[in-house]
Amino acid sequence: MTLVDPGTPTTATGVPEVASAPEEIGEARPLRADVWRRFKRNRLAMVGLGFLIFLGLVAIFAPLIAPYSITERASGQFRQPPSADHWFGTDAIGRDMFSRIVYGARVSLRIGFAATAISVIIGLLFGALAGFFSGVTDTVITRVIDVFLAIPYIVLAVAIASVFGRSENAIIIVLGVTGWLAIARIVRASFLSLRRLEYVEAATALGFSRTRIMFRHILPNALQPIIVIGTITVGYVILAEAALSFLGVGPQEPTPAWGLMVAAGKGSLTNAPHLLFFPAGAIVLTVLAFVFVGDGLRDALDPKLK
Amino acid sequence: MTNVIDEVAGRSVAPGKEVLLSLRDLRAGFNTDDGRVQAIDGVSFDVARGEVFAIVGESGSGKSVTAMSILGLQPTLDITGGEIVWKGRDLLTLPEEERRQIRGKEIAMIFQDPLTALNPVHTVGNQIGEMARIHEDVSKKQAFERSVELLELVGIPEPRKRAKMYPHEFSGGMRQRAMIAMAITCNPDLLIADEPTTALDVTVQAQVLEVLIEIKNEIDSAIILITHDLGVVAGLAHRIMVMYAGRAVELGTTREVFYEPRHPYTLGLLASLPRLDDVGDEALVPIVGSPPSLIRRPPGCAFHPRCRFARVPGLCDTETPALRLVAGDAHMSACHYAEELADVSIDSLRETVDVTAEAELFDGGVAAPAPDGEEQLDAEATDVIVEEGVAHMGVVERSLDGERPFPGASHRERGDPL
Amino acid sequence: MTSYIIRRLLLIVPTVFLALSFLFFLFFTLPGDPARLIAGGANRTIESGVIERASERYGLNDPLLVQFKDYWSRTITWDLGESFLTRRSVNDILGEKAVASIRLAIWAIIIEIVVGIPVGLLSAIRRYSISDRLTTIVTAAASAIPVFVLGFVLQWLFAVQPNKLGWPEWAKLRTQGIGPDSWALFFIPTGDQWRYLILPAITLASVSTALAARMMRGSMLEVQRADYMRTARAKGLRERDVIVKHGLRNAMLPVVTLIGIDFGTVIGAAVLTETTFSWPGLGSEIANSVTQRDLPVVLGLTLVVVLAFALINLLVDVSYAWFDPRIRLGKGEH
Repeated sequence: MTLVDPGTPTTATGVPEVASAPEEIGEARPLRADVWRRFKRNRLAMVGLGFLIFLGLVAIFAPLIAPYSITERASGQFRQPPSADHWFGTDAIGRDMFSRIVYGARVSLRIGFAATAISVIIGLLFGALAGFFSGVTDTVITRVIDVFLAIPYIVLAVAIASVFGRSENAIIIVLGVTGWLAIARIVRASFLSLRRLEYVEAATALGFSRTRIMFRHILPNALQPIIVIGTITVGYVILAEAALSFLGVGPQEPTPAWGLMVAAGKGSLTNAPHLLFFPAGAIVLTVLAFVFVGDGLRDALDPKLK
Repeated sequence: MTNVIDEVAGRSVAPGKEVLLSLRDLRAGFNTDDGRVQAIDGVSFDVARGEVFAIVGESGSGKSVTAMSILGLQPTLDITGGEIVWKGRDLLTLPEEERRQIRGKEIAMIFQDPLTALNPVHTVGNQIGEMARIHEDVSKKQAFERSVELLELVGIPEPRKRAKMYPHEFSGGMRQRAMIAMAITCNPDLLIADEPTTALDVTVQAQVLEVLIEIKNEIDSAIILITHDLGVVAGLAHRIMVMYAGRAVELGTTREVFYEPRHPYTLGLLASLPRLDDVGDEALVPIVGSPPSLIRRPPGCAFHPRCRFARVPGLCDTETPALRLVAGDAHMSACHYAEELADVSIDSLRETVDVTAEAELFDGGVAAPAPDGEEQLDAEATDVIVEEGVAHMGVVERSLDGERPFPGASHRERGDPL
Repeated sequence: MTSYIIRRLLLIVPTVFLALSFLFFLFFTLPGDPARLIAGGANRTIESGVIERASERYGLNDPLLVQFKDYWSRTITWDLGESFLTRRSVNDILGEKAVASIRLAIWAIIIEIVVGIPVGLLSAIRRYSISDRLTTIVTAAASAIPVFVLGFVLQWLFAVQPNKLGWPEWAKLRTQGIGPDSWALFFIPTGDQWRYLILPAITLASVSTALAARMMRGSMLEVQRADYMRTARAKGLRERDVIVKHGLRNAMLPVVTLIGIDFGTVIGAAVLTETTFSWPGLGSEIANSVTQRDLPVVLGLTLVVVLAFALINLLVDVSYAWFDPRIRLGKGEH
């Protein structure tokens, strides 16, 4: 699963060069206002951001927006197309699609952010250790990452999901634990290049402890690509959750997970396509929004790429 | 109002030598998010066949931009005025296809960093041969043979073997020589060398410059030499144009500019050079301040904030001085008080005075041929100049031991890449 | 160079070992008794003796480490065992499914290269134009749409709707399964086969094509800023030649790497695509067997996939090194 936009220039080894050239990192970080100004100019990113804010509001105010509860069934109304009563129609057992999708926003965002947070924390930790300390630590960690990456993501995810069950928290753990690999790699590459900067040598010469150097000097600069990666990862986690649901190891009923709704709707393609398209549309729009925002952040943080 | 260059045209270049390139009042800039950067603000000069014309200035003075605009290599540069006349035709009005045909064939360029300027995935022979294949109707084999000949010409040992190698397998000096070989493939009438030695080790610089001069004589081409290094210029150039903030501030023969500078900036540059006879603990004399922003230029003369002779308030901060004839046949300066500078000696700007040493240094060799057309450098004089060049560099080493670095040498301090 | 290749090949061994072992232990901690599965499925009531015998037969009563040792001693000789569910030899299953997957994958890669690279290239050359903007949006969308959703959309557009709206027979595409076994040159579909192939191939190709296009664009943009491009123009080369002779070769380098890194994504997409279209390949087989806890099949197929993944990565790295003389020749400058 590629977590980095391949539009990013890469170094010769194919490692995405999400961090800017070491010389540039050594300079002062762009002021927040400057970054925001550049971000604003990117129309796609702004649209994405707008959508995400909208989505967040929907998630927060779900009980106020959704006309029905997620389990409430309208008797006899199975697979009804959109109507005045049910804006998005009803599903196979009569539940209101619109309400389910609205509540689904909560599920998706929760899973997305939580899993990403786990991935980022673990990935940051291991990537920093590997990139900063080099030597044995680095080799061991890289080998472990390679081994896990060798297993096709799907197999790994499904296997772990099969072990941990299908509760929402279990899914979060599964996605978090499988997602840190790629992040660790990127963090490691970032640390490797940052470590060689002159000011790090200076700090070492002045006798700063290694932990201090790692945390106060390198880390803030390494955060730059992480912000970008993290944002895009949330989108991909939501996609992954949908995929897991589709394969039957995602969250369980009656959780209104969008992926689950898509999986449930697949049989009705012929006569009730709305069962599929509304949740699918929600997924696509959300992921796109995260990707655009992530791209926009990357461009705004690193103007050299323009 | 006629351009001062036109007025002196007959006398500035050696009589009998045809003028190949004429820039008149070139104005160009870049439109950035922060405003318009006026990189070239009214630059004019001529270059004649066989002459070495140096453009000297700091980073940001506009020298590189000027050179690249001759060839039209900057699509983002917005040229708002002036003309670039090459062999009678204004390049700025020519259609792209015709400009393209001039590139490489009549005007060729040598770039600063040969490692990045050469394509890493093609062999050197391939890239040199490509020049021949573009402009002449030769086969691949013939082009290869040609590249071998050229490599030999620039003094690269085992040229046949080398031609099949890749740029990263060459040393810095050899790479630059390969670039020169590439540039002269089609016997161009003008070579533009943009900081050809900046990326090189100090000892290699002299060798490459030597090659450049030999080649020039061999094919009778003119050279526009762009550099910030006065030491490089001293030994090679016939005429020098000093640029500051996008304008020419002084223009004259090398002798005139070095011995009788008529602009405070030139004086400052010369005074800041370390000298052979400096005793270890003398401070170097830099020009205080830094180059101005090209978006918000100082009013009047762009140099006045840093000029020790500036009279403010007065002409200096209200009126931009025009380039005008101030001495000799064709020695021009853009300073309101240029004539008064005749009485200022470089020594008085430096706080050390050692008349005998200065006399030896400056009388020991002739930096430039007299303007009556002698285009060959006197053999003896050349040796002395090269020695002087090395001597200068020796002083650099010494001065780094504890002195403040002088402005022009910052690239050496940092250690040349490669 | 050769030492590099040998080193990499050797590295594959421990990687595969560790990966498969991890899965092995993972599955053994699963709730649910494989023996029950073997004996006939989770839902039927089973005579007690049957489970006992099944356990014995597959050595499921032995201590974990013993089973582990047995598993590896068999696997090294390429005895991948039998499916718990169907008793068929895993090797047979492998052979059957692999062929179908490979055919699909070949076409997905062809689409990726033929569509992705030129699109990325044009996008970089015409930066900021309408077509570039459009391409950016489309490629972003393509990578954001879940593969199976795309699959469904295509199915709906090209199979369900035509049926409903009564399109002529010749225009209809198939969405389920694989057609008659009519292939020329192993991978070229003849007869009716292409109807079955086209939608899954496009679906599978979608993600990687979008990635390849964006990668190519980024790479080309970076190359255009390079000094040697300016040198080429200074030599008087036509713009078209500048891009092709100087830009392209340099821009392609990272793209080649991407195709390798991409393989992992493609496998994931393959699982989903094959399931959506019921294409009988390795992907759908893995998906089925994992959910059904059919351990030998899962392990066997994963072994093949892991090996293939590692070998393809090696191939990509080697070809990258070969294309870039700086790496191939090794010698730095003085």
